[in-house]
Amino acid sequence: MQDREVLICSGTGCLSSGADKIEERFKNQIAEQQPNEDIEVKKVVKKTGCVGPCSLGPVAIVKPENTFYGHLEEEDVDVIVSEHLRQGRIVDDLLVEEDGHKVEKYSELKFMKGQEQIALKNIGEIDPRSLEDYLRQDGYRALTSALEEMSGEEVIEIVKDSGLRGRGGAGFPTGFKWQLTADVEEDEKYIVCNADEGDPGAFMDRSIIEGDPHRVIEAMAIAGYAVGADQGYVYVRAEYPLAVKNLSVALEQAREEGYLGEDILESGFDFDLEIRVGAGAFVCGEETALLKSIEGERGMPDPKPPYPADDGLWGQPTVINNVETFVCVPEIINRGSGWFNKIGTESSKGSKVFAVAGDVKGTGLVEVPMGITIEEVIFDVAGGIPGGKDLKAVQIGGPSGGTIPSEYMDLEIDYESLDEAGAIMGSGGLVVMDEDTCMVDVARFFLDFTQDESCGKCPPCRVGTKRMLEILERITTGDGQEGDIELLETLGERIIESSLCGLGQTAPNPVLSTLRFFRDEYQAHIHDGDCPAGVCQHLAPSFWIDPELCTGCTQCVEECPVDIISGDPGEVHEIDEEDCIACGACAEICPVDAITQRSQGKGDA
Amino acid sequence: MGAKKFPELEPILEKYRGRDGILIPVLHEVQERVGYLPEDVQRYISRELNVPLSKITGVISFYSFFTTEPQGEHILGVCLGTACYVKGAEEIVDEIKDRLEIEEGETSADGLFTLTVTRCVGTCSLAPVVMVDDEYHGNVRPEEVTEILAEYQEGK
Repeated sequence: MQDREVLICSGTGCLSSGADKIEERFKNQIAEQQPNEDIEVKKVVKKTGCVGPCSLGPVAIVKPENTFYGHLEEEDVDVIVSEHLRQGRIVDDLLVEEDGHKVEKYSELKFMKGQEQIALKNIGEIDPRSLEDYLRQDGYRALTSALEEMSGEEVIEIVKDSGLRGRGGAGFPTGFKWQLTADVEEDEKYIVCNADEGDPGAFMDRSIIEGDPHRVIEAMAIAGYAVGADQGYVYVRAEYPLAVKNLSVALEQAREEGYLGEDILESGFDFDLEIRVGAGAFVCGEETALLKSIEGERGMPDPKPPYPADDGLWGQPTVINNVETFVCVPEIINRGSGWFNKIGTESSKGSKVFAVAGDVKGTGLVEVPMGITIEEVIFDVAGGIPGGKDLKAVQIGGPSGGTIPSEYMDLEIDYESLDEAGAIMGSGGLVVMDEDTCMVDVARFFLDFTQDESCGKCPPCRVGTKRMLEILERITTGDGQEGDIELLETLGERIIESSLCGLGQTAPNPVLSTLRFFRDEYQAHIHDGDCPAGVCQHLAPSFWIDPELCTGCTQCVEECPVDIISGDPGEVHEIDEEDCIACGACAEICPVDAITQRSQGKGDA
Repeated sequence: MGAKKFPELEPILEKYRGRDGILIPVLHEVQERVGYLPEDVQRYISRELNVPLSKITGVISFYSFFTTEPQGEHILGVCLGTACYVKGAEEIVDEIKDRLEIEEGETSADGLFTLTVTRCVGTCSLAPVVMVDDEYHGNVRPEEVTEILAEYQEGK
């Protein structure tokens, strides 16, 4: 048993499906089944960060075979301990089944096969609270070689040559960003890590900090060395308590072992980090707003230029990158810029992490090479759409991004191609939507979000997004007017042109991109009073009871939340269609399926 | 104006006094201690740290994590991120409103629950998600709301 390890995914997904109970059971079972052997349970059972396939949780991986056990129940643990850990026999019954056969190894899961893991490579391999584990994965080797063998300029050259671009938004080349700060002659410079991952649907930065915190520290120290900064800040969302905890533990360890602090690895280079916790303001993901927040102010953005690279935190030159961007750096230094820039497309190098969610079988984090098609991500990696439904669209890039229809599924993902399709790489949220999704409602949802999160500093964003939301609201409630579509387009373009920061400059994207690809749905709402997807309740056709089928059981009468179904026991019931709110509760409870929705729209306009 | 003192906050303020950009960390810790940030607490921080009250109030009103109202014993946070929204989180909000007879931002009559809706909590694979304090409840269906609330009502 000594040579085996059990890695238990303790990402938030698995935790809420009971991973802590599974961990307890492993520890107890090992102690119970093997009382005489001198085993350090702590070394056998380890907790890791999110391994990715959240929909299979709770999950355990047994090493060295890398056997993957998913959907674990507590009783399953006893068998794994007695069979696999003690006798080396893989428990076939507990393996995950894909396309009719059992998958033995973690790496053979469909979910893993199409991936190219750079940013996520350690997650699921190491215990995030163990520096020893990190060191075993070449941890701090890049920092060591940078300090011992390279000048700051050489580090910047490598990052430039790699082609690495910012993973959090517009995709600015990272090496050039560093160069700008390095070129400013100032004593005080800062490195800031943007971990204010506010885009709904994106959670890769959280997973990285939770699962591999030392790599963030190492990368920031390398950046500090490259540009000549001795202080850094990690700005983490308040919604991510576990990330803050794991990073704090890692900071302590790094200081103790001399990877942070004064005279790091006896090189004469000083660098230290502080964590700053956000307080719930989406706009703080914008870099100038984030810097204000670190300074203790309201997080309101400033116009650019000047850029943070020369006028950043407390007016000093500041490098600000997001988490996923930073963690690529140690790997680039270890393996060379040539290795990194061979992966990907002409303009976009390396891999990108996407948080796949929504109407898709395999939800979770996937890291795929740039240039992969959307189709491959959804169907090959994430297993396709559940319930036999059709794919309608994917939303990429959250509230700043756009919705790409199913006809574009062969689009090769990179910064430029997404931009052309009206979306953005953004932070990499990828929400899959099936045929039952209303695109007007989705656009309304995002505008509701951005208008609420607008900081209020500039009127185009503060007022403009509100007006756009009002128009969308009247369209989704059946009061859409002639000219609303054109008005949305004009407003959207003006807001993009005249807003102060990235929030406003991208806020209309979800509306404009759905208008581009799903204009007929907007028209159906406005002209025909019809929501083709059947989502917008005010437009939903009311229900009626087929008198031929109704048995007069009164169940629907009882169930109706607005009491508009009449009829005594044994009589045919009737729905007052005027007042029906189209909730569908009656249809669901009807034992003889006598209740259906009347189609009232003019069909597909 | 009787300047109210809060000696129990002194250890927190002492840690940060004299450092740059510490207002937000201070407010986080004070809110965790007191539960909310009423005006007399703000005045106390203002005097002790020599920060204008207007600035403190400005920061508190800007960030959604800070509150000037007392909160229920448990905070229900229904995630309205994209994935949760697509998976029907609004129905969960409605169900909680009905069960507790409160609106968003309000606290139930027994002081046990405050209902909030949150931004994406980053557990999209579990959508829809309801957070009760620091605990995640995933794949919640409207009919499970009563059960979830009961867990905390009994635990009391």
